[in-house]
Amino acid sequence: MAEIDAFRDEIARWIAANAPKSLVGAPTAELEGVWGGRKAKWSNPDQKRWLDACAERGLTAPEWPRAYGGGGLTREEAKAFRQELAKAKLPPPLIGFGLTMIGPTLLMFGNEEQKREHLPKICRGEIRWCQGYSEPGAGSDLAGLQTRAVLDGDHYVLNGQKIWTSYADLADWQFCLVRTDPNAKKQEGITFLLFDMDTPGVSVKPIRLISGSSPFCETFLTDVRVPVKNVVGKVNGGWTVAKALLAHERTMIADAFGGAAGGGKSKGLSGFARDYLELDEAGRLADASLRHRIAQTEMDTRAFLLTTQRARDAAKAGHAPGSESSMFKVYGTELNQRRLEVMLAIAGPQALGWEGAGFDDAELAMTRDWLRSRANTIEGGTSEIQLNIIAKRVLGLPD
Amino acid sequence: MQLVLTEDQELLAKTAADWVREHSPVSRVRQLRDANDPLGFSRAHWKQMAELGWVGIPFDEAHGGAGMGFADLAVVLEALGRTLAPEPFFSTVLLAGQAIAQGGSDAHKQAWLPGVCAGEKILALAYQEPHSRYDLLRVATQARPEGGGFRLDGQKIQVLDAAAADALVVVARTGGGEHEEEGITLFLVPKDAPGLAVTPQTRIDHRAAALVRIDGVHVDAGAAIGGVGEGAPLLAQVVDRATAGLCAEMLGSMSQVFEDTVAYLKTRQQFGVPIGSFQALKHRAAKVYMEIELARSAVMAAVRALDENAADVAKLVSLAKARCSDAFVLAANEAVQMFGGVGMTDEYDVGFYIKRSRVAEMTFGDAAWHRERWARLGGY
Repeated sequence: MAEIDAFRDEIARWIAANAPKSLVGAPTAELEGVWGGRKAKWSNPDQKRWLDACAERGLTAPEWPRAYGGGGLTREEAKAFRQELAKAKLPPPLIGFGLTMIGPTLLMFGNEEQKREHLPKICRGEIRWCQGYSEPGAGSDLAGLQTRAVLDGDHYVLNGQKIWTSYADLADWQFCLVRTDPNAKKQEGITFLLFDMDTPGVSVKPIRLISGSSPFCETFLTDVRVPVKNVVGKVNGGWTVAKALLAHERTMIADAFGGAAGGGKSKGLSGFARDYLELDEAGRLADASLRHRIAQTEMDTRAFLLTTQRARDAAKAGHAPGSESSMFKVYGTELNQRRLEVMLAIAGPQALGWEGAGFDDAELAMTRDWLRSRANTIEGGTSEIQLNIIAKRVLGLPD
Repeated sequence: MQLVLTEDQELLAKTAADWVREHSPVSRVRQLRDANDPLGFSRAHWKQMAELGWVGIPFDEAHGGAGMGFADLAVVLEALGRTLAPEPFFSTVLLAGQAIAQGGSDAHKQAWLPGVCAGEKILALAYQEPHSRYDLLRVATQARPEGGGFRLDGQKIQVLDAAAADALVVVARTGGGEHEEEGITLFLVPKDAPGLAVTPQTRIDHRAAALVRIDGVHVDAGAAIGGVGEGAPLLAQVVDRATAGLCAEMLGSMSQVFEDTVAYLKTRQQFGVPIGSFQALKHRAAKVYMEIELARSAVMAAVRALDENAADVAKLVSLAKARCSDAFVLAANEAVQMFGGVGMTDEYDVGFYIKRSRVAEMTFGDAAWHRERWARLGGY
């Protein structure tokens, strides 16, 4: 215990000495975070300075091995670092799919050369990654994907189309699934590949969503030549890699939405409600049915967070993890949707603005967030697919 | 707070599970019901539970207890809940026993707790009234000064194990108006006190409950548990503890009925395949699973908060009760639906669980009541 306290003191001192003051209180949400990459735009030069300082100490990926640019910290030390960051009201130096998805996957399945090539660039925020999984004909039935990769000397030649590629327009590299054996059983002819988005034949088109923003893209692949050395895992063994990465993705989504589910920004749902709703003589929300919905959302959020804590505590105590990531994905995303639905109900007609006069910025952002949140139970494996996984893996129900 | 069982608790859980499997199948509850047993539980089983050290878990060693915590007791109650064991944990240990342990004088504790821990004395807490629903302050039973003591008049309903009890802890008003916190007092009343009439009630779960009429029952001043007129906080504390215990028991019951349901889904064949292969049922089963997992986390947090005297213990107890009420009712309703026709028959055990789920749901406040309490505690 003393060792972790000493570490905590040391890292807190380091944060105090190195964190730019201008970043204190900076937003930590997805859109405002630092994603890095060749196309990175720095809204504040201190973001870059903070990223470099953290990367030099391995703190962008605290738990990864030092040899690959990580910090080599224990889980407990990494947690202490994140807690000290939060205490100092500082944003994480770097976010993105390199850290949450492809990095952990390469650590598990990548060869030494791949780890040495890609992981340090992720840690330094030099390369931003995107995920090429879904296709127009392969959504929930992901293993039905049709993008072809044909061997030609020491390259694969890719032809096909990926869709819902998050931030493909801003990414430098893509990890993707391609079909290398069209005659095998559908899960057995898939290979996991990495390619540079600047390779000739790659083109990207953002998709406009109901929320007005375009976080997702279509990626078109026409005779794209990818070196064979960019295969992760075995040729035709990509499905195993793909599933492991999906578990990381579910955990990431559950963390993002479950953590945010506390309520309307920092005030909580009940605080948010006080700005819109009538109070009774005792100072309580007069609308009993909304009060009830707010309490239920708050309570379900607390129970969800306790459950994620329980999973962590059990893992620490040496119990094998179950298929919690599916449960957390379903529940975390549905909670986020419910939170936004309750916020809409609280704001009433003020929640109906798209842009312009009569609505404040927070109201307009809330409404866009609500529209965006409808994707939460679709992306990263629909709720229905997660329920299938729970039924099969946890409950052992037959196919 | 660590939301994981200690090694000792793992061991206790295993001991309890083994004992339940061997000595307390659901068929025992069925036999007690069919025999119209006036006690509603088995004294021999209660004595065994005391000898195993379970009855004394939350009491001081000085009074014959084990001096252990609610997180330990929860492990035992969960195991007992799996097969709906009807022994008087709530009446004797969690309600009246805790009232004495938390608020009683040394004389009260010496007189009653060693006997409770030994499995020899049964106690009951008479707090619910015909119109009180879940409001602990809504007490119409009167206690008026008389002859250096008090004279009690009123009526209590659904008093658990009142018929078997050696003494009752009666909640009465020594002052204050209806709904007022001020003026509530808890009195320890021997069961044979003149003016006390106990009429058994039969509820859907067949656990022993009774109407208690209190007509001019005289108690002396020493019968008051805690300060006269200052009983409301004590009662609230006791009911919070009992609620956490009930949640642990509910967790066991819902887990068992859900496991039975999943096993049935794997074996029952229709259209030539197990019905558990149908996606409509898979998704519903997966949802029940998630609700039970969330309930478990809430229960573990609530009992640990009690042991650690955490600041938000009342909120966590309400969280646990709201979640357990919803999850148990869901698991039991889904069980009957998924068992289909046979789920409606008295021959199958599922019916015992759906009946118990409603009784447990409406004991100490249902989910809606606890959400309202959460809001109140949160200042809105």
